[in-house]
Amino acid sequence: MHSLPIDHSIILRNLFGITPKQNQAVIALAGNPNVGKSTLFNALTGLRQHTGNWPGKTVDNAQGAFTYKDKSFLLIDLPGTYSILAHTVEEEIARDFICFGKPNVTLVVLDATSMERNLNLALQVMEITSNIVVCVNLIDEAKKQNIIVDTTLLENELGVPVIATSARNKTGLKELCETLYLVARGKLITQPKNITYSEEIENAVNILLPKIEQLNIGCILNPRWVALRLLDGDKKIISNICRYLDLQPSKYYEREVEITL
Amino acid sequence: MNSNTNTVPLSNISIGNNCKIANIEHKGLMRRRILDLGIIPGTAVECVRRGPSGDPTAYYIRGTTIALRNEDAAKINVYPI
Amino acid sequence: MNYATKSQALSNLWEDSNKIRTTSENIFSDKIVSDIYKSAELIAKKSVRKNSKKLDFTSKLDNILTSKITGYPIMLIILGFILWLTISGANFPSKILAKALFSIQDILTGLFLATGAPDWLHGVLVLGLYRSSAWVLSVMLPPMAIFFPLFTLLEDLGVLPRVAFNLDHLFKKAKACGKQSLTMCMGFGCNAAGVVSCRIIDSPRERLIAILTNNFVPCNGRYPTLIAIGTIFGAGSLAQQYQTTVAAGIITILILIGIAVTFTVSWLLSHTLLKGEASSMVLELPPYRKPKILSVIYRSIIDRTLFVLKRALIIAAPAGAITWIMANVFIGDFSILTHTANFLQPVAGAIGLDGFILLAFILGLPANEIVFPILIMSYLSNGYIVELDSITELQNLLVSNGWTWLTAVNTMIFCLLHWPCATTLITTLKETGSKKWTFLAFLMPTCIAFAVCFILTQTVHILGLI
Repeated sequence: MHSLPIDHSIILRNLFGITPKQNQAVIALAGNPNVGKSTLFNALTGLRQHTGNWPGKTVDNAQGAFTYKDKSFLLIDLPGTYSILAHTVEEEIARDFICFGKPNVTLVVLDATSMERNLNLALQVMEITSNIVVCVNLIDEAKKQNIIVDTTLLENELGVPVIATSARNKTGLKELCETLYLVARGKLITQPKNITYSEEIENAVNILLPKIEQLNIGCILNPRWVALRLLDGDKKIISNICRYLDLQPSKYYEREVEITL
Repeated sequence: MNSNTNTVPLSNISIGNNCKIANIEHKGLMRRRILDLGIIPGTAVECVRRGPSGDPTAYYIRGTTIALRNEDAAKINVYPI
Repeated sequence: MNYATKSQALSNLWEDSNKIRTTSENIFSDKIVSDIYKSAELIAKKSVRKNSKKLDFTSKLDNILTSKITGYPIMLIILGFILWLTISGANFPSKILAKALFSIQDILTGLFLATGAPDWLHGVLVLGLYRSSAWVLSVMLPPMAIFFPLFTLLEDLGVLPRVAFNLDHLFKKAKACGKQSLTMCMGFGCNAAGVVSCRIIDSPRERLIAILTNNFVPCNGRYPTLIAIGTIFGAGSLAQQYQTTVAAGIITILILIGIAVTFTVSWLLSHTLLKGEASSMVLELPPYRKPKILSVIYRSIIDRTLFVLKRALIIAAPAGAITWIMANVFIGDFSILTHTANFLQPVAGAIGLDGFILLAFILGLPANEIVFPILIMSYLSNGYIVELDSITELQNLLVSNGWTWLTAVNTMIFCLLHWPCATTLITTLKETGSKKWTFLAFLMPTCIAFAVCFILTQTVHILGLI
């Protein structure tokens, strides 16, 4: 496996407007809207945060820092999205950051009271990166509704660490930080389980795989995931790969639809 | 398109009743959004309440309450339960 | 593989996958989502246990908040209550803040005197720049420090989606999005913040409508003008404690007018400049939650109040300096200010105002708070903005300058409908990325304000009501 062709900090700065300090681990915060992502973000970073926009887009971006043990972390709050199959600007931002921004850890926040829908996002993220920690939030709310989440079983099913939290009540945060710390330092290796799709799709993926592997972008992106994105009709993935490789706006890059008078 | 006589539009389901998603007629971005929310064939849906003027309608789906306008709910076909 | 071949290979790859995709009637997208959900369901089945059905408190409260009978009245009551709290709560702190800041001004004046600085410099910097900043701060900070936390509290509770839920059908008629009700609510605090909040609307067309109409709900900066005039002409004779309630009542009525205008203009835009069909709306109704009060207060003050304030000060300070210059530089017998007011008199008269009022609005482009003080200053012709404490004094001043009830009504309506403040315009430019639309955001409310006041004035004159 050869090294990344471009200095990663340039990518982070130019494409995402993020400049982590030396030895600061970057953590991406992903999750559905209304799962308490902001609450968690505030709980972890307190005053040390600043908000702005993602470069070139009118979408909020919040960055904050915190320290745990001897490690400094930069927490990036991604836009809340129901999926990252990238059909809206928010989804594209979240997807691009996890893919190309390559955070040290991606923290996916789930709502304990709607696990099915939230797992949908978690599974999608697991297809992109294995540096992932799952946080089952709103555990207090779930208790009120008599919903019980077995995090150990979930961990076995997913193959990634799962921590139960209530960001509002500040419970579970210590375990969360500990897990983030271990994953960021490479002391905890995750083994995300792959999703098996139906036969048609798996067959189609197998047809495309060799052609993708020829491109030798395996160091950047999981070829199987790229195949799935293409089958989903995601044209932007092509231009984004070009843009990433080249760090120039690709001529294939489609502009967003603008209303004109 | 809707040749199956067992299905009705979601907007026909009255408050308190349940149903199962049969198919979705929406296209484009709305279709993606609906699918991403987990409103896919086979999903159980409960009609919870209507707005003060009868529109929109709130549905309980996979643990969340989501409100849809009646014209949008009309393009989702369901099997009443 | 170098870049050229790579991008060519990627193109080919796209073509190949397209072939596969389209031969299967485009069902891959659907299947992919279904399959992921199937996996999610399996995992959830194993690891999540649901013992009883979904909750009651949220259901019970929703039954009240969204019902045919109680839904709208409750929303109106909440609105009125928040306004009342904002106005009455801000009264005292505003006075204290003003006192403190103006006494600092005296110290500054002392410094200028001691160093023998020229009079005009003292005028521009202290009486103009500092004084108007102090005014803006003392008038803007207390209400915002109450309004934004209250608003954030409602957000935290989970009430806001219900408001969108209740009002959506009205917006649908105007071919706009129900979430516009939320951006409108934000506009009660600050129109610029309201414009930014329009990001929650997905459709670009509907987002633009929400941005362009946000101006029709009065922001905190306009409350002082509305309250002052409303109190003087509406409740001048009543006892102190009723005045706040009447003031809140008047603002509520004006807000309702503003909301009506919002719907009308949204409808018009949807049928003319921004033609289009109502897009689909998906609104999540999360369960009600006990708000974390301290963190709400903290967050809203830091993120919203201080942020808005900072911007306002940066803009209001120079505006104050310019106003002082206009009021104190004389050409012949009159100051530039008076000359300009006289120049504007014909137009202003036609819409039921006078030259000084119109000029005050124009000079208040940077920040709406300074409109009323500039007006008082003009009438008193003492060259620097001033606050008169008693309602009676104010009433006498206005009446002796030709004010009638018609003038008061027109001024309040003009205040409600006129062009957005500079900060809002700049924010509109940033959010829309278009000079064309920002210009329209300026032009449209202006034309509407002139038209409405003109029609009202002429009608009243024709009917002989004055």
